Amino acid sequence: MIAILTRQVASLFVTLLVVSLLIFTVMDLLPGDPAAIMLGTSATPETLAALRTQMGLDQPLPVRYLAWLAGVFQGDLGQSYTYGVPVAGLMAERLWVTLPLALMAVTLSIAIAVPLGVQAAYRHNGPFDLLAGAISYVSIAVPAFWVGLLLIILFSTTLGWMPAGGFPGWDAGLLAGFQALLLPAVALALPQAGVLTRVSRAAVLEVMNEDFVRTARAKGLGERGAVWRHALPNALIPVVTMIGLQFTFLIAGAVLVENVFNLPGLGRLAYQSLAQRDIIVMQDVVLFFSALVIVMNFVVDLAYLVLDPRLRVPA
Amino acid sequence: MNARIFRRPVLLIGAVITLALLAVALMSLIWTPLPPSQMNIVQRLKPPLDAGLLGTDQFGRDIASMLMVGAWNSLSISFAAVAIGAFAGTVVGTTAAMWRGLFELCVMRLCDIVFAVPPILSAMVLGAFIGAGRFTVVIAIGVFMVPVFARLTLAAARQIWARDYVTAAVGIGRSKSKITLFHILPNIANQIIVQVAIQLGLAILTEAGLSFLGLGLSPPAPSWGRMLADSQTFFGQAPWLAILPGLAIALAVLGLNMLGDGLRDMLDPRNNT
Repeated sequence: MIAILTRQVASLFVTLLVVSLLIFTVMDLLPGDPAAIMLGTSATPETLAALRTQMGLDQPLPVRYLAWLAGVFQGDLGQSYTYGVPVAGLMAERLWVTLPLALMAVTLSIAIAVPLGVQAAYRHNGPFDLLAGAISYVSIAVPAFWVGLLLIILFSTTLGWMPAGGFPGWDAGLLAGFQALLLPAVALALPQAGVLTRVSRAAVLEVMNEDFVRTARAKGLGERGAVWRHALPNALIPVVTMIGLQFTFLIAGAVLVENVFNLPGLGRLAYQSLAQRDIIVMQDVVLFFSALVIVMNFVVDLAYLVLDPRLRVPA
Repeated sequence: MNARIFRRPVLLIGAVITLALLAVALMSLIWTPLPPSQMNIVQRLKPPLDAGLLGTDQFGRDIASMLMVGAWNSLSISFAAVAIGAFAGTVVGTTAAMWRGLFELCVMRLCDIVFAVPPILSAMVLGAFIGAGRFTVVIAIGVFMVPVFARLTLAAARQIWARDYVTAAVGIGRSKSKITLFHILPNIANQIIVQVAIQLGLAILTEAGLSFLGLGLSPPAPSWGRMLADSQTFFGQAPWLAILPGLAIALAVLGLNMLGDGLRDMLDPRNNT
């Protein structure tokens, strides 16, 4: 167990390091000199050179990479060229939109998908199963940002029940904040829910024929109790895996959905910083998202060990 | 075969949707109701059936024609991207299964790393690098597909390498590359085909997302994603502008996903009893 854990943590760090190096190198190759962008067209060569020295841009790539990495470890992500503020603060501020949004979306998708999947497995090959299957097929196929557009047309433009976009900030009250995030979260959750429904249906169906579920039935627990109390907990591994694997798509969805709803989140920040060639912000946001995906996969691997004791035996 | 396909509704529906879409896309190369970029300001923002079959946009362009050409753009980009991913991924994956050792380990790690950067972000960066356009989108999506196919073919090929007939081929002195070509590849082809259909759906979704952000094809080439982006200004007046391109995307992805699932069920020998 300890050996597995040590190896996984070590490989986690190696992966993170290589990803950071990759991101830094690619960003460095991007056309456009940040110093020149900051100063505009009227800059003299002397001021440009001075600023480049001040920003450390005249240093060789490995030096700059190590300086950036050292900063990242100390929580100093550099200074945004366009906003003129520390990137760490900027990202923290945006994270307070993206994180609640992602959590709401994941919670919503689980709340929709697991009961639907379990019911579909419980009544498999019946009309309910067929309907659940059709719904999940369709919801996987719709792009999250399109669902967002449709929700705006229905609930904002037509019915006027919800704000069409924007974020009032958490200072405006929890309720206002949640209300602003509700439609985007639904848009993000729907495609995820489709995938999760199918996975939980398949997982429960597979476990339902196992001996221990038959034992549960035999001792008189009833079909419902056998499914929810015994089959579902054992079917959780594929479901948890899928939630982890879908994380990349959740982030991609967030970038798009935040743009649809004009939410000042990390995804929109990534998009804006790219448009403004604010390379340091882009670099930090991409690193953050990638690290999140890597850590998420790591957590999924750990969750395996917790959920399935059989995997604790070294291969 | 003919009788069997009718007993598989998922495969049938998926194949019909995909073929219909492919037909529309190909047809747009020789005929559309109107030239897709022909503007007609007098006829702007007309609802479906009022002007043309599916109405007009803010410049009076015919939506049906734009959707048709959009189908070609979307499908051709996705096919190219998946072709790159499937080819490169299969070469890498089967080679790793053939050589094993350090190469295999490096391939697995590299896959993890490429997987870690969400494709939409790498496409945004790549777009900044070489400018938005068809080539950028194909490469950005294609690169993300490589690890998908590399992992799949590596796992599948390793299973085949353990079979007796491969051991026999090794025993009679066949070279590793010949074994890969004549024994491994034909036996994992089914799994690759199924994955191609599923990844095509994913590629269409990603392409639409990139065009939506303005990182796809440059105007005036019609693209479903950008049509959706443009529709945002006209929600109140012309909701169909936001509904129709989305329906096209959803239908295309639905068709390909069903085709992939149907093919998997049909090609999986365990289901043929």
